[in-house]
Amino acid sequence: MALELPKEKWVGKIGQVVIGALESEGGTRTSKVALGGATSLPFLGFEGEYPNEPPIGMEIFDIVREDYPEVARKPFEDVIDDPGKWAKKCVEEYGADMICIRMIGTNPEEENRSVEDAEQTIKELKEAVGVPLLIYGSGDEEKDAKVLEMASNVMAGERCLLGLAEEAAYKSISVATMSNDHGIVAFSNLDINLAKQMNILLTDFGVKLGNIVMDPLQAGLGYGLEYSYSVIERIRLAALMGDKILQVPMMCGTARVWNAREAFKEDADTGDSTSRAIFWEATTGLSALLAGADALLMRHPDAVKHVKESVKNLYGGGEQ
Amino acid sequence: MALTALDIYKKLPQTNCGKCGFPTCLAFAMQLANKKASIDACPDVSDEAKELLESSAAPPIKLVKVGSGDREIEMGDEVVMHRHEKTFYHPVAYALMVDDDSPDIESKVQAAGEMKFERVGQEMQLDMIAIRSKSDDPAKFSSAVSAVKGKTSVPLALVSQNPAVIEEGLKVCGSDRPLIHAATKDNFEKMAELAKANNCPLAVLEDSGLEELAELSKKVKEAGVEDIVLDLGKKPLGKLFQELTLIRRLAIKKLFRPLGYPIIMFAEGEGASEGLEAAIGTLKYASIVVMKEADRAIMYPLFTLRQNIYTDPQKPIQVKPGIYELNGPAEDSPVMITTNFSLTYFTVAGDIETSKVPSYLLVADSEGLSVMTAFAADKFTADTATELIESCGIADKVNHKKIIIPGQVARMSGKLNENSGWEVVVGPRDSSGLPKYLREYTSA
Ligand code: SF4
Repeated sequence: MALELPKEKWVGKIGQVVIGALESEGGTRTSKVALGGATSLPFLGFEGEYPNEPPIGMEIFDIVREDYPEVARKPFEDVIDDPGKWAKKCVEEYGADMICIRMIGTNPEEENRSVEDAEQTIKELKEAVGVPLLIYGSGDEEKDAKVLEMASNVMAGERCLLGLAEEAAYKSISVATMSNDHGIVAFSNLDINLAKQMNILLTDFGVKLGNIVMDPLQAGLGYGLEYSYSVIERIRLAALMGDKILQVPMMCGTARVWNAREAFKEDADTGDSTSRAIFWEATTGLSALLAGADALLMRHPDAVKHVKESVKNLYGGGEQ
Repeated sequence: MALTALDIYKKLPQTNCGKCGFPTCLAFAMQLANKKASIDACPDVSDEAKELLESSAAPPIKLVKVGSGDREIEMGDEVVMHRHEKTFYHPVAYALMVDDDSPDIESKVQAAGEMKFERVGQEMQLDMIAIRSKSDDPAKFSSAVSAVKGKTSVPLALVSQNPAVIEEGLKVCGSDRPLIHAATKDNFEKMAELAKANNCPLAVLEDSGLEELAELSKKVKEAGVEDIVLDLGKKPLGKLFQELTLIRRLAIKKLFRPLGYPIIMFAEGEGASEGLEAAIGTLKYASIVVMKEADRAIMYPLFTLRQNIYTDPQKPIQVKPGIYELNGPAEDSPVMITTNFSLTYFTVAGDIETSKVPSYLLVADSEGLSVMTAFAADKFTADTATELIESCGIADKVNHKKIIIPGQVARMSGKLNENSGWEVVVGPRDSSGLPKYLREYTSA
């Protein structure tokens, strides 16, 4: 008896979003990444297309908060005060496929860095690395409007992603992305309906669906990971089953791990804090990918290394 | 894939004799389909019909138990592909593998047994020890099994493809229902005999493909073994991942019995690489993951992953309402309030811990809803907050009457102040703002 393998025929196809523009395309990037494009569940290329090995980007800041965990800080001790050098190390030593800078220092409640200072940072970053870039504001609506407008102009032609668009604050960032044909990251908070609503708001406002990447919020391991896991799975299943509005790539971050002291605090009972933190972050990232994320943004170089290795094994080992 | 009344009716005698207590065979079939009657009520039913019904009632993935006593492990009996559809019921078991020729086998098992964690009220510790015969020497294996048995009460797996080796091992621990690993196409007759004689679960190992694996599991079942565990063998991770998904689909969606069993997987690699393979097995459909190491820094996060993935998605985990003391508070420490959705609590508690500011956190019973949702649904209001402040006894612990509320519910401050008499301070909108906020708050 021949065993018939139950391969699903999905009707939906996830859109593909490319970030980064090469010189030939009017930019100065030396590489690009493609997110999404799948017609199968993650790593199940035998039943459809899963054309892009998920890229792993690394996340940096314009300023580093005092309480930034030691374990995450350590690999970058020599460069952490210089975003350009920090990014360069991520790319050259740790193989980051893209760099995301969070401009937290511009927040009026933090250092309130001026738009001019922020511009300097972004110009340096652009010069320092050739990989595609993501530029995120600080979550202050008014300031972000100015910072992201500036970023959009500085990065004109580079095909970046700007973020994060939120339900309560998406218009000015949408304008910033549209004015220079960048992409936009739409944030939703563990809620499939809100994820959908965000895409509707953005497209109604004029953003093309093909320029949107969703960030459905990856909770950290032990801090609601299961909610994220199920929300991401449900978003992806709905998209593959034909929900056009959700046929958008997902980008997830492991940042929340670095808010959970349990992951990195000194505690002999739960093992070496550095190894634990690295594995904590890697597990959080991998679970997002298995649920349906098309790309990750991560922090610790060793966590990046481990996830990349797993992705390579998962992607390369299976039938395509 | 349950049978319909019509499917069943076709197999009944169709004489409408009424002996089953129902006027017609069809009426009886309808009751059967709804599981409201037993097939035994019809005296004239054929064996074929009986079998059909019994097999369709069996769970898509057989429940298999390994071990005995309070550390017995239940595996399988899962009914969904994705946890949001229902629940994953039987958490994956983590097994540590030791070799029979290893000189420090006892100390390894001892150390593994001492590794105990508690997290969110749940105890977590290694579930199994797998003893692998590297020596292929029955006597050596038997003494290794005795040594391990003396150090642990968790279920064992006996790992060898040599029936003579397994037989010796079983003489030591056969009555504890260890998992025998493994029957292959070359040894399955002998292994099945051993499994039957000792009433032990038996793993079947076949790496050439799912069809071949199914053939082997059928033969083992025909040889009289009911409790079967599948091993897909060593193969590239991507291939293994795809086959794990296919087996789950075959079992659940197609009720394909020969692969309707729990799966054992051996994680490859070392350290975090091995841990990540175990994580993949945890997320996608393994029932036992065997590892060569059990480093606390890997096992603790792994147990946490299992805890997360195997919670009931319909029932948000709640923490107990009341007062939580963080960073060793004193009578002048700040008092905050949040809701009892576990994720909310852990996020807020984590951020307070990060701040290192000694604090009291009051957790209100919001029936497991987050702050915003609870506020919108009237489950977290000035009234419920007042009630908590009054009933929990916080007034006796601090020398002030000031409470910090989440920025998202700033709107309740007036009423809360009026009701409780406490001064209400509006905190940050997002809990991630707490570290900075608290440091400034206490230095002000
Ligand atoms: S006893 Fe059997 S044959 Fe008679 S009516 Fe019931 S189902 Fe039909």
